[in-house]
Amino acid sequence: MSSVILRTAARYMMPLLLLFSVFLLWRGHHEPGGGFAGGLVAATAFVLVAFSEGPAAARRSLPISTWTLIPIGLGLSSVSALLPLLQGLPPLTGLWLPGDKLGTPLLFDAGVYATVLGVVASVLLALMEEETS
Amino acid sequence: MEWMVPFVFGVGALAPALHTRLRVWSGPVLALVPAGIALYAAARQPAISDGAVPEFRASWIPSLGIDWAFRQDGLSNLFVLLVAGIGALIVVYAGAYLREHPRLGRFYAFLFVFMGAMLGLVTADDLFLLFVFWELTTVSSFLLIALDHEKEAARKAALQSLLVTAAGGLAMLAGFILLVDAAGTSAISQIVLQGESLRAHASYPWILALILLGAFTKSAQVPFHFWLPAAMQAPTPASAYLHSSTMVKAGVFLLARLSPALGGSDAWAATLLVVGAATTLLGGLLALSQDDLKRLLAYSTVSVLGLLTLLLGLGTPIAAQAFVVTLLAHAFYKGALFLVAGNVDHGAGSRLLSQLGGLREAMPWTAAAALLAGLSMAGGPPLFGFLAKETAYEAVLEAPVGSWLLAPLVIGTAVTLVFAAIRVGLSPFKGELGEAARDAHDAGPAMRLGPLVLATTGVLAGLLVGPAERLLVAPAASVVLQGEAPTGLALWHGFTPILALSLLTLAAGAFLYRHRERVVAAAAPGMAFERRGPAWLWDRGWELGLAAAARGAHAFQNGSLRRYLVVTLGVGFAVVALSLPLSDLRAAGPTADTPIVGIAASLLVVFAAAVMARARTPFLAVAALGAVGFGVSLLFLMFSAPDLALTQLVVEVLTVVLLALVLPRLPRPAKPKPARAVAIGVAVLGGATMAGASLVAMAGEPFEPISRFFEERSVIEAHGRNIVNVILVDFRALDTLGEITVLAVTALGILTLLRRRRPSDAEVQA
Amino acid sequence: MTLFVALAIGVVYGVSILLLLRGSLWQLLVGLGLLSHGAHLLLFAGGGLVASAPPLVAEGATQPAAGSADPLPQALVLTAIVIAFAVLAFALVLGDRAAAKARTDDLDAYSGEPG
Repeated sequence: MSSVILRTAARYMMPLLLLFSVFLLWRGHHEPGGGFAGGLVAATAFVLVAFSEGPAAARRSLPISTWTLIPIGLGLSSVSALLPLLQGLPPLTGLWLPGDKLGTPLLFDAGVYATVLGVVASVLLALMEEETS
Repeated sequence: MEWMVPFVFGVGALAPALHTRLRVWSGPVLALVPAGIALYAAARQPAISDGAVPEFRASWIPSLGIDWAFRQDGLSNLFVLLVAGIGALIVVYAGAYLREHPRLGRFYAFLFVFMGAMLGLVTADDLFLLFVFWELTTVSSFLLIALDHEKEAARKAALQSLLVTAAGGLAMLAGFILLVDAAGTSAISQIVLQGESLRAHASYPWILALILLGAFTKSAQVPFHFWLPAAMQAPTPASAYLHSSTMVKAGVFLLARLSPALGGSDAWAATLLVVGAATTLLGGLLALSQDDLKRLLAYSTVSVLGLLTLLLGLGTPIAAQAFVVTLLAHAFYKGALFLVAGNVDHGAGSRLLSQLGGLREAMPWTAAAALLAGLSMAGGPPLFGFLAKETAYEAVLEAPVGSWLLAPLVIGTAVTLVFAAIRVGLSPFKGELGEAARDAHDAGPAMRLGPLVLATTGVLAGLLVGPAERLLVAPAASVVLQGEAPTGLALWHGFTPILALSLLTLAAGAFLYRHRERVVAAAAPGMAFERRGPAWLWDRGWELGLAAAARGAHAFQNGSLRRYLVVTLGVGFAVVALSLPLSDLRAAGPTADTPIVGIAASLLVVFAAAVMARARTPFLAVAALGAVGFGVSLLFLMFSAPDLALTQLVVEVLTVVLLALVLPRLPRPAKPKPARAVAIGVAVLGGATMAGASLVAMAGEPFEPISRFFEERSVIEAHGRNIVNVILVDFRALDTLGEITVLAVTALGILTLLRRRRPSDAEVQA
Repeated sequence: MTLFVALAIGVVYGVSILLLLRGSLWQLLVGLGLLSHGAHLLLFAGGGLVASAPPLVAEGATQPAAGSADPLPQALVLTAIVIAFAVLAFALVLGDRAAAKARTDDLDAYSGEPG
């Protein structure tokens, strides 16, 4: 599991994969991608590090626990759903900043991204930790 | 009046808490509520007897046309007076009678639920609203009978009464639905105006049969009467209230209420006359040999309920009058006698007539109430019961059909009731004091109040017959008749044949009482009918039903997961297969173009799946599963779903990781068992069915897809060019929110399972 | 083409049912994973197979080109894929915990009272 090649590869791959996942999230509204795919790709990045350097190292590479990503993600999506209420619009109405680049749908998708990443990474890391303990 | 039901329910909810505060005063304080309602109803009665009909109507379930509608006509208000008035006395009585009972607070709650439901039942002007209250009275009766739920007999009686009356109630609901369908409205006040057209309606026989089933079970008519004597397991105040003066009258109330709509046909008359006659006769005969005071009263109640049904079957004006007078008189004297039985039980320690006697000096108040109520039950002048008997005689003597049979039957039954009345009202109190009752003492004031007031009311109503007729009887009878009620109720009509018959009845009853030992002995074989009759059939049916259910459950739930899966999947796929519109399959040739990669991907999926079927080790199976996933994402890519292809590919990697983590930890596979033929059969059936289903689905679009909406608005309104993503995060974002919540909940479940320590070997062996 | 896809769907369903019914824990779990592929393919194919016309709108246009694939089944399948993964993970962990108690792969031994 801890071959030098894998460890080195993982160290360089992880930021690339994370960057790619954010890219998928960002462009998802117009091109293939989106929160589901982005979150899954980000989760593979963590799994890769966990395989090469152990799950503890994978956890250290993120400032917060993967577990807390789940409520954060659900919260982001919920907030984006409820924001239109402030303007007196029905919930889940899409609101856009000028330029139509940033809006509540993107916030919603970011919530999906965080939830998917949190769920998949939490489950897989927990399984791996049980394996090693 | 629309506030009565919620108000009484609210009081019922608070009653247990109130009882823990007030203790001995809880009875009198709670009784203020029904007493107030009785006063309210009494204050309205003069206007109602002049023809006013207060109404309330608010929409309740508009989509079904069901209203929260109430009406207070002469019949309704008579019942409100009875339910609330007797209810107040019962609450006071129960507070003393059940003083030591640990569940008195709960008893109050049940009693108020019943009271509220009964008030709603008699005032509701919507059939479905009435049904709701009807079922609530059934449920509260169940709870009251089973108040002493430690006793098996009480549980059994409670369940039996619930099943009999609820089964009848279900039949009645079906009848109501047909009736509402035929009448075009669920408002009772509208339905009763359509008698002519309803009786000619094609579904009239069904309506009649189903509704009668409900009314007969509730009012304990033969052959459903057996639950009522069994229900005597209830505490005496509940028996006095529900099972003599109010709830069991709900059935005949409904018949009276609907008689303008359903009555008047030959089927109605024949059914009610036959069932009523059978019930009144059987109840009277079975009452003869009873030794237990409460059971004796219960059988005589069955008899009177039969008489009430019979009178409604006659349908003449004088019969309607007799119906109301009998109902009122019975509520007074039977309520009083039940409470007397409670006092005797309480003071002398027994309810068995063979052990009771000579209590008049020890229990003077109770004895006085018993004497007056017993005299009313026997039909002695000048009590209200006398008027009831006279009008009932008049009604059967002037019956349009079969009076030659009905008159002797009713008069004969009346003799048995005279006999019963003397035994209940007189024999416990006269003669020598029984050995067992040396310490007998009279009940306290709270327990004297109920029987004395009810018995005195019977006297007063008899003496003040004029006002009673004008204020109470005529308004109710005119509702039953939908027309002018007869007048002329009087204690003294001169020397008429009816008076002679009345006196003869009393004399015959007294004669029977002189020879009571022989009468009781002669009537005893009648109970064999009870033991081998409908009650026996019911019990056997119940046992057989339970046994059949146990066998059925055992056959399907044998604990084998495989059996469940085979049955579930086999049935499920068979249903789908049978309903596939294969004839719709057009020649599904190759679509526009057939990419060679698509064919290759399909074949890869087929091949990898086949490998999985043959795989003997988890490793090979997981590798093949990964190949299937790869083939599937290739298919997604070929057929214009780049988002799916991307997602599927990443998920496939993660799935393989997941399986590689968990599968090695599972126990070693045992020697593989050969696939069973039935498993192969279900698998082939399932595969063929789903292949067929996919062909049907791909064959064409039977309807316009709703995706046009998304395609047209994706860029313009949602500013996104990837329509799939726009659907997920904008158009159908609520669904997505639900889905990521499912993900979160699944993760929660997995982590909870993981945090539970794996059991150690020692634990497993233990 | 539809015949090939229908064949794939039929075989995937048939094999996964067979795996579910083998009475072996690991085959049950693997079969569950295979079953979701069948369901996704069925749902996806039900929306119609269209080659090389993804439901994307070209830059500057306001509507997808005529004859593009139906986006709705794709959106449904997309979430289904992720949820199927989570459910499979749950089933695996549940099976693992059950096996730790029963200590056998034979599902028939799982019936009855817990030891």
